[in-house]
Formats: sequence, C-alpha cells, structure tokens
Amino acid sequence: MANWVRISSRSIGNHIRKRMNQGFIGSAVDINKSSGSSSALHGGRTVCDRNRRYLNSLPWNRATLFWFQRFKSTVAEKQQDSFLSSDTDDDQLSLDFPGGKVSYTSDMNFISESSQTRVPCYRVLDDDGELIKDTDFQQVSKEAAVKMYSKMVNLQIMDTIFYEAQRQGRISFYLTSAGEEAINIASAAALTEQDIILPQYREPGVLLWRGFTLQEFADQCFGNKADYGKGRQMPIHYGSKKHNFFTISSPIATQLPQAAGIAYSLKMDNKKACVVSYIGDGGTSEGDFHAGLNFAAVMEAPVIFFCRNNGWAISTNVWEQFRSDGIVVKGRAYGIRSIRVDGNDALAVYTAVSAAREMAVNEQRPILIEALTYRVGHHSTSDDSTKYRQSDEIVYWKNARNPVNRFRNWVQSNGWWSDQQETQLRSSVRKQVIISLIGLDIHNLHFFSDT
Amino acid sequence: MALRNIMGKRVGIGLMGSRALSTATCDVESGSAKSINLYSAINQALHVALETDPRAFVFGEDVSFGGVFRCTTGLADRFGKARVFNTPLCEQGIVGFGIGLAAMGNRAIAEIQFADYIYPAFDQIVNEAAKFRYRSGNQFNCGGLTIRAPYGAVGHGGHYHSQSPEAFFCHVPGIKVVIPRSPRQAKGLLLSCIRDPNPVVFFEPKWLYRLAVEEVPEHDYMLPLSEAEVIRQGSDITLVGWGAQLSIMEQACIEAEKDGISCELIDLKTLIPWDKETVEASVRKTGRVLISHEAPVTGGFGAEISASIVECCFLRLEAPVARVCGLDTPFPLVFEPFYMPTKNKILDAIKATVNY
Repeated sequence: MANWVRISSRSIGNHIRKRMNQGFIGSAVDINKSSGSSSALHGGRTVCDRNRRYLNSLPWNRATLFWFQRFKSTVAEKQQDSFLSSDTDDDQLSLDFPGGKVSYTSDMNFISESSQTRVPCYRVLDDDGELIKDTDFQQVSKEAAVKMYSKMVNLQIMDTIFYEAQRQGRISFYLTSAGEEAINIASAAALTEQDIILPQYREPGVLLWRGFTLQEFADQCFGNKADYGKGRQMPIHYGSKKHNFFTISSPIATQLPQAAGIAYSLKMDNKKACVVSYIGDGGTSEGDFHAGLNFAAVMEAPVIFFCRNNGWAISTNVWEQFRSDGIVVKGRAYGIRSIRVDGNDALAVYTAVSAAREMAVNEQRPILIEALTYRVGHHSTSDDSTKYRQSDEIVYWKNARNPVNRFRNWVQSNGWWSDQQETQLRSSVRKQVIISLIGLDIHNLHFFSDT
Repeated sequence: MALRNIMGKRVGIGLMGSRALSTATCDVESGSAKSINLYSAINQALHVALETDPRAFVFGEDVSFGGVFRCTTGLADRFGKARVFNTPLCEQGIVGFGIGLAAMGNRAIAEIQFADYIYPAFDQIVNEAAKFRYRSGNQFNCGGLTIRAPYGAVGHGGHYHSQSPEAFFCHVPGIKVVIPRSPRQAKGLLLSCIRDPNPVVFFEPKWLYRLAVEEVPEHDYMLPLSEAEVIRQGSDITLVGWGAQLSIMEQACIEAEKDGISCELIDLKTLIPWDKETVEASVRKTGRVLISHEAPVTGGFGAEISASIVECCFLRLEAPVARVCGLDTPFPLVFEPFYMPTKNKILDAIKATVNY
C-alpha cells in the first residue's frame, strides 16, 4: 500500500524523488537516466520507471502534493544505510533546503575565523610612485592626471588653511581629509557626473572634483547667506544638488540603506548611473552598514560601497572596531563582490572604482571596495590625536606614505608636471582659499600673494 | 460596560452605522460606496496610489503575498514585483531604503509590520527623514515617504503587538503623524499622506482592521491633514482623541448623555501638526477638556494637548484638563482590561470634570 504524504516543499519533493529511485526500490537509479537501465523488478517496466513517469507528470511547485511508495525490503534497508553514509561523494549526497542545494559531510569542521593570509591589496604604484612591473591598471590621460593631481593639491591646501581658520576662531569646526586625498579625488575621477554621491563626511574632494568652488565650501563653513544649506548645519556638512552630492549628515552610516534606495530608483528608471556611498572603518560597525549592504544585494541595486579604512574612528583603532580581516571579507557575507585596494595609490583607486562602476551599472549589482589608508589628521578640530597615538606614526604616514607626493612622482615622471607648475599651483590655490575665507573680491587683495 | 464578547475581545459595534461618527464634512464627491472594513479601505487606497502614480512603490516585510493583515492584497499581482516587494527583515533598512527612494522623487510607501517594531528605524526617521529637507536648505527632500504601521491594542497583543508609540514621533519637527478612526477616514487620509510633500508616519488601528465596517467611496478621494473633526456636538465638555479610542469615547459620551451631560467629541486625525484652532474653539465653548489615548499617560501626546489648552484657555477652564490613558506600565497581556482607558474610566472622568 502506498503511503500518502503531503509535503509542501518542492525541495524536499526533489530529494524524496531521488530517494525513491535508490533507497526504497532496491536499486540506485539516477532519475535522469533512461528507463530500463537497471531494475530488480518484473514486467519490463520497472517500478522505478513507473514512478518516474508518474512523478514527471506532476506539476512540481512548492505547494504540490506528492506521493511515494515504500517497499519492505532488506535491500531497501541496505540502500538506506548507504544513503546515510558518506563514503561516496556523488551528487546524490546532497541536500535540498530552502535556499538551494548543499552537499553534506560527516566531517565536522568549523570554518576558520580567518584565512591563512589576509586578502591582498591591489596597488599599481609603489611607495615612490613608480609603476609596478606588469601591473593591470586603467590608463589616465595627461589632462586627466594633471587635473587629478591639481585637485589633490587643492584639497590639501584647503584643508590646511580651513583647519587654521577654525583655530583662529573664524569658523566653528572643521575636519580634514589629510592622507586620503587619493581616495577623494581618484574615486571621483572614475565616475560620471550622473553618478550619485552619498558621502559620510571625509570626502569633500569628491565635491571639489565635480566643481564645487572654494567659495562654496567656505560659505557652508560660515553658514552665511550664500550657503546652500542655509546655515542650518555645522561646517563641512556640504551638499549640492547640481553636483549630485547629497547633503552630509553627522549620524554615521545612515546613508548606506538610503544609497540602496537611490540606486533602486536609478535601476527603475533605467539610468546608466550608479550610487557611490562612502563609509569609514568605524561606520561599518553600525547596523545601517548591515542594512545597506543586505538591501543593495537583495534589490540588486547599483551601489558602490566605498569604505575608507583609515585605521581610526576618532580614538578607536581597527583592532577595537572589528576582528575580521578588515571590511573586504564582509562583502561575501552579503553576496557582494568586493576588492581591497591601496587607498593611497591614486591609480589603483581610479582603476578599481572604474571597474566597480562598470559592474554596478552593467550588471546591476552592488560592489564593495575597501581602500586601506591612514588618517593623517586628527579626527576633527575637536580632537588631538596625539593623545591616543604616537606622533612619529603620524609623521611617518604624512611624509613617507603621502598619496599626493606619490602620485606627483608618477605624473612628473611622465613629463606631465614640473616643479615650477607645482609652485605656481600651490601659490594660486593658497590665494584662492584665503580669499574665500574673507569673501572679498580678489582685486583688493594683491598683498596676499606669496611671491 | 465596555462592549466585549464572551472571549473578552472587543466588538466594534460603535463604529458600525453610527450616525454620530458620520457627521464628517463631506468633501468627497458622492459616487458609489461599498461597505468594507479597515484593511480593505487601506488596500483600496494603496491600489489607487499605485494606479495614479507610476513612481509609487509599496515595500516591507511580507507585503508581497498580501501582508500579515491583508492590507497589501493584490498589489504585487497587479503592479508587479518591481513596485511591490518584500524587503529583508530590517526596519532601519526599510526606512533608510524608503528615504533613498523618496529622495529621488518616488512615492515610497513603507510598511512596518507592527508599530512595536518601528524603533530600529527611529534614527532614520528622526535624524534623516525629518531633517532631510531642512538640513539641505531644500536642495533635497524625502517628502514622498510614507511609513505605515499597525498600532494599538488588539485584545491579546501583549507588550509587543499592542503599542501606541505616536508620542515619540510627535516630538519630531519635520514629519507628520496621522491616525485614522475608521475605514472611510483611513482611505482618504492615507491617500493624503502618500501625496503630502512631507514624510508621514501613518498609524493604523489594528483592532479595527476587521471589526470596523463602513461605507467607503470606491473612487479616489483625499481627506485634509491637520484638520480635526468634531464628530459629536456638545456643550458641557470637550473630548479629544484619535484612532480606535474614539469609539470607546463615543460610548462614554452616549452614557454621559443619559446623565444630562452634553459631550463634544473631536477626532484629531493629524497629531502633528495638530489642529489647535478647532480644539481651542471647542474648549472656549465648553470650558472643559478630557483627552484619552491608549498610550501610557506620562509623556503621552495628551500632555502636549493639555499644556497647549492651558496656555490658551486657562481663564476659560472650569476644571483641570483630564487625561484618561493607558497606565504607566508595559502593555500587559492578561491585565489588558485594567490597563486600557475603558468607557467607565472615561465616564468617571467626565463626571468628575463636570462636577469639579
């Protein structure tokens, strides 16, 4: 007599269907094989065949009823034993659960908490700014390279002078991107104007790249009449609709799930654009990091999650922030393709973001980039980082691992830049920055020149 | 006595066919109307919203198959999985994602499965949604965001299926909080919320999902936000409430009438920004106020109404402002009848206020 069993899961149904053909009928038959291959039963047609035909005629979906026949047989029991043993590793030894097939094992092994080696870090230029031999990278034209370098210098000088302006009491607050100029500029350079930026707060270089003027930066810091934010927020909380740069907010990581929503909208509108959302190493501990990445993955949204792992979240270093191998390994937990890149290597950042953008837009998927770098400056003007880290560590990164110098060396070695241009640029930018803080017309200020 | 069947479950007789509650100013065209319950009315509003705006989306946990309260039935089949979809189980993600969608000019209608679970999204609502336009100097906004959540007592909900968290949200400039009392109100108010250019939190009284049945026009109509409604005229005392509590208050009003007390009953509908003018005008008429809500009394929204009324109408008041609310405890299971602001508690307070 048949036992009638109602099951509501197709996955279990498939499993049982296979079991029928081996364990219970007395011969192991692959359900996909043609009939008559092996059978212990009479009549030309095997029970197995009959069942298979019957099963194949059923509408297999999640809510389908199915039936199987049980045979009392010592052979069946033996087959059942072999079903439970693990000495064969063909695909019959796999299990269907909601979520797909898994192969099973009788060896109990825990996945190690970390790999033997850390995920390697993609770089193109060595510490001196020389191209590493046989490296894979996205070529940059002279014009683009000079623009990138100039903007990095712009950012450096703007940071230095605005920081001093806060010390002098001219603005109430400031934070610098010192050490992260390559991340700021090179990532921006790899995008198009249509790509939407959701910053954390240490990415003003992206705005600078897109054309936000020094005056516009200063206006926001002053909160004056010209500030687009209408004086409502603390300094550095820039936002610019015309530059597709969403207004910065202080809470950490809140932009990440929003990025998924914005990207979903781009996807719905069939736009050839993506969202790039930035986050620091500290921000990845927030619940919104998990929410943002998971949503982007499930919604198949074109977002690039760019993590600036600069080693510090105010005074909390990465050892106190997480115990994983940085951030890059977390991508896999969400089913997100990820890469670790040298954040102080402008060409590597440029190449990685270009590639990520293409995947995000063409494949409509999120990408995670972890850029390793170092926060050379204090967290902000309200912080003195010498209280929690060594001064010589800061000096080392500022000088020996400087991303601006490194890129300059490469640009100069191509014959695209000279010391003279360097001097001119720095002096001109310095002048413009100072003027933006005064808010007066340049013509009145010739005595501000440095030469 | 409170209307309950032998199971102790409340029976929503008060709202069915009650003329008192149907004295709403009808800015609704007369057309065909059907007798439907609250979740069907919500469902109709959502159908209309998605039909009239191709950039409207409905998302949240389990909304695809129709939702745990059937409010989203038929939407996925009709409008497709790209516009009506399940999200991962993550309220902060749901609201954050919704803010992003809305920031791109879409109508993002997010469902939080129970108001009790809205707290993980509190940061996104308070720090992001409410401030999105203001902090950007109006360069950006997420006005297209509407967050719907079932709230309130249901007879057997206990701590985590009965909460009324409206007070937390009433303290946030930048969002609106709207609570309907009946099916007809729900459809019109929800459509207004969805189309309002501000992020709105819309609490739906879950007790009324099946129990409240009313004639609801089949067409597209909207009811105004920030306009309170006098649903029962009176001269001795003003009662102010919202949502499911109004039907309880109405029963108390009917009983008080037998003792010769004439009660005026106001449905606030929008809690922030609330219609102070209508409440004040009523208090000037009656000289007495009683506010009732399910949420615990301390720090509840009744406190705000009370303080505002005292500020404007101190010399007119004949008695202190009365509040009949939930007790200051987590919402209990077996003690729900004691916790709740019942008809008798309200009746006692009406009499005490009138006889002050």
